[in-house]
Amino acid sequence: MSAPQYRKAVAFALAAGLGLSLAACSTKSDDESTSADGKTIITVDCMPVGTEKELVANWNADVAAFEKANPDVQIKSVSVGTQCNNPPDFTARLAGGTTTDVFYGYMTDLQQVLDSGQAMDITSYVTKDTIPTWDDVDPALKSVFSDGGKVYGVPIKNYSMGLVYNKVLFQKAGLDPANPPKTWADVRTAAKKIAQAAPGVAGYADYSAGNTGGWHFTAEIYAQGGQILTEDGKKADFNNAMGKQVLQNLKDMRYGDNSMGSRQLLQWGDLLTNAAAGKVGMFIGAPDTTQQIVSQFKGKYADWAVAPLPGQDGLAKATLGGGDGYFFKKGLTEAQVKAGLKWVAFEKLTVGKGQFDYPRAKPQNYPVGLPQPLLFTKDSATAKAEYELRKANANVDPSIYALFENQQLPIKGEPANAQAIYAVLDSAMSGVLTNPNANIDELLKTAEQKVNQLITAGS
Amino acid sequence: MATMTAPGTTEQLTRSASPARSRGRRNRKIRDNVTGYAFLIGAILCFALFTWYPMIRGIIMSFQRTRRGVTTWVGWDNYTRIIADPSFWPAWRNTVYFTVLALVIGYAVPFFVAILLNELRHAKGYLRVLVYLPVMLPPASALFLFKFYAYDPSDAGLFNAILTFLHLPTSQWMQSPGATMPAMVIASTWMNMGSAVLIYLASLQNIPGELYEAAELDGAGLWRRIWNVTIPQTRLILGLLAMMQIVATMQVFIEPLILANGAGTQDSATTVAYLIYQHGFYQNDLNGAAALGVIILVALAAFSGVYLRLTTKND
Repeated sequence: MSAPQYRKAVAFALAAGLGLSLAACSTKSDDESTSADGKTIITVDCMPVGTEKELVANWNADVAAFEKANPDVQIKSVSVGTQCNNPPDFTARLAGGTTTDVFYGYMTDLQQVLDSGQAMDITSYVTKDTIPTWDDVDPALKSVFSDGGKVYGVPIKNYSMGLVYNKVLFQKAGLDPANPPKTWADVRTAAKKIAQAAPGVAGYADYSAGNTGGWHFTAEIYAQGGQILTEDGKKADFNNAMGKQVLQNLKDMRYGDNSMGSRQLLQWGDLLTNAAAGKVGMFIGAPDTTQQIVSQFKGKYADWAVAPLPGQDGLAKATLGGGDGYFFKKGLTEAQVKAGLKWVAFEKLTVGKGQFDYPRAKPQNYPVGLPQPLLFTKDSATAKAEYELRKANANVDPSIYALFENQQLPIKGEPANAQAIYAVLDSAMSGVLTNPNANIDELLKTAEQKVNQLITAGS
Repeated sequence: MATMTAPGTTEQLTRSASPARSRGRRNRKIRDNVTGYAFLIGAILCFALFTWYPMIRGIIMSFQRTRRGVTTWVGWDNYTRIIADPSFWPAWRNTVYFTVLALVIGYAVPFFVAILLNELRHAKGYLRVLVYLPVMLPPASALFLFKFYAYDPSDAGLFNAILTFLHLPTSQWMQSPGATMPAMVIASTWMNMGSAVLIYLASLQNIPGELYEAAELDGAGLWRRIWNVTIPQTRLILGLLAMMQIVATMQVFIEPLILANGAGTQDSATTVAYLIYQHGFYQNDLNGAAALGVIILVALAAFSGVYLRLTTKND
């Protein structure tokens, strides 16, 4: 081959190679619903990330056990880092049509999933045959994943907020860890004492970025007895005395008492990292934040306790509840939907298996004894069985959660369009936490205007 | 005039006289350039797939709305809605402010650093490596360094420690609405300066030494030499980099995302590009995000067009 011919051949090979690789990119091998040997294939997400070796091993063992019990099903697991706790990533996959067959979402995601046209109506498939514990799953949670009488998802976890506090810092500040704050005035006093006793520590910390500020504003206005939207969901309903009180409490602590530390604009992981490092006295959160502090941010269970959420003049009038579940991608075959439901049932809704495999979790030092996920109706057979198994295998001192568990507050769900509203309310939170001259009325007015606009745009 | 029109006329005559010969020449031209075309196909495919198609798709999406999987044509609705967003004008104000600051700081500083490096007699290579080093850091890592160490709002932060040492008032940096933009520009300049310095250096080294010698003989000092020799001689590259700087800084995104965890204090860090991200991925409003994307595309295209026209005329 002469030099020019050789050059041409290389050029064509390159061009053809590129074309082929582009074509390969567009091939969706995951779209197969049946394997060569006749098995039903389903892709599922939220496999633990590679760095969590023990959790990955548990997941793989569960997949193997499930496939053994269901020899006609093949599970393909997908893990893409923080996919299961990352709203932008979730939106991108939803918009791009690249979700797995059975995909994870927050309780607040139903409208978004429906809008994207990706949700499958699974009403006729969700039965005791596919999910043996279905009748015991809390109907309130089922309703969150339903729309117009149709079921689009299966709940797998439920949480509600309380006051999480550091017992060691309480003791250092001369406070009684057995008697945590019950009102926001108590929180303010305790935060001040902690900040004075431990320089560089935030007596109380709160969020103001990455949608988490709006999420906590919502929890705090619920605690006041307020709401984010009017009952009909057509207007914002936080620009009032209760909304003002929420922001005033924070502003007083941040700039009146200087008890919230200097670093603000915190989002989810920032606050927990500081907490695990012993730099936060109190924050509001669900009991499982203690688990995150220990497993992800290397803190200690013994340092923490959870109390009911404080309100303005007594305990909170309501506490924010939320959670997550699994949706099913539109276009799945009947066999795939059934296989997917069986998998979710096995991994997330069966006592002694998957997330409820307490005998396995105990020696691995994963926490057993947390009062959540609260999935089953109180007094149902499944709830009782879960409680017994949890109690028998507890490796976390139950006293950490005793106050929280003994004082159940009314749970109020998140507003429609929650993530979009939270993004707007971040601004109000960041205003009072970073600007000593912030005008609370202005902040609420602007946020109200934005939320009303969001609702108009969405209707 | 006659010599200019003659070849065209001759070719026209040849063409009409012998189309077969002309076709043969064209075919030979294609055959001769086949390697080039083959390589071009790859580039065209890449551009078409990853640049032009998404751009056209984005423009179409900006006139549509998707609800429950059904896409409808809504005309200018997304545009009117996005313009009415209370964050829209603050985002533009912030973006233009960032761009102006980036021109003042981020554009001028590398030029003078390049002049200084060019003037040095010793340790030139060593210093060039030092200046270029930040470019090799992944932007996210560089920005996290600023976020956690330099811009820590407590007195323990690097910049606040320096300010305290100098008996100057400290700043809240990213948490202070007034300091957000300058702080973002400082970090951005530090991150990107190396590349601009290298381009300026290459351009400076092309200036004939005689020009400086002549200027010196005429009694020109340093500033005079920069003003009368360096700047006119590097005019083209200065203009090109100015345009690239403006186009790039108008799309500033990663700085607010990392340094300010998004919007910053009351939208103080919200830029147009970040607003697009917020609408698209946090508010589940991809159509609104597409409309905003088209607005910034049109604005930048108009700016680039005007700029090119002005500079071409001057040349």
